[in-house]
Amino acid sequence: MTITRRYALALGGGALALTGLSGLPAFASVADDAIMKITGGAKVVEGGVDLTAPEIAENGNTVPVAVSAPGASVITILAPSNPSPAVATFNFGPLSGASEASTRMRLAKTQKVIAVAKMADGSFHTASAMVKVTIGGCGG
Amino acid sequence: MAKGVKPRVKVPKTASAGDVITIKTLISHKMESGQRKDKKTGKIKPREIIHRFTCDFNGQNVIDVKLEPAISSNPYFQFKAKVPTSGEFKFTWYDDDGSIYSTSKKIAVG
Repeated sequence: MTITRRYALALGGGALALTGLSGLPAFASVADDAIMKITGGAKVVEGGVDLTAPEIAENGNTVPVAVSAPGASVITILAPSNPSPAVATFNFGPLSGASEASTRMRLAKTQKVIAVAKMADGSFHTASAMVKVTIGGCGG
Repeated sequence: MAKGVKPRVKVPKTASAGDVITIKTLISHKMESGQRKDKKTGKIKPREIIHRFTCDFNGQNVIDVKLEPAISSNPYFQFKAKVPTSGEFKFTWYDDDGSIYSTSKKIAVG
């Protein structure tokens, strides 16, 4: 298929509309980059993933976090405002009882924590949770 | 080899065939993030973390986790596993410095 001018314009318009909709511009780029790295540009659907994190974390050094996504083969947790956004990647093997896991993470400051799940059928789902951090946990 | 690394794992002793059980693991490790400064010398302390954790049951994978510096010290994990038969869970942690820490737990089905 050749890319006509009309088609190219329609594509560009769609992309613009999408970026306009997605959240705060300040960290959207970092978060989007991190998500892009995982998905390779595939479409990401909101929902289908449960991300449990406290609303307020007094100590950013240990913030409990739990993820669950029925049918997911891989779940990645991201903290876009940390010095490096990746937190952990869970790969569920054949003997995994359920696609869920919990751990403790460090958060540098108040931010929106994101979970990206890759489903068995190859689609990507995401969820996010805002965590307020009173004392940051990344050195200093 | 980092000092004082001690893995701790909680697995039920028995289960029925096909049961889904919850496993909790904890390993004492400082998880130096590579971001902190040494107060005395003013230099940044080099990163030294556990970067991978795996759990297998009778040679079949249950979970394989990639850890980043954003995981807290003494990394803790809780997850679910299916138990088809009696056997042994093997837990392995991979340190940045090349050390491997492992432990195993038996479970009986009956």
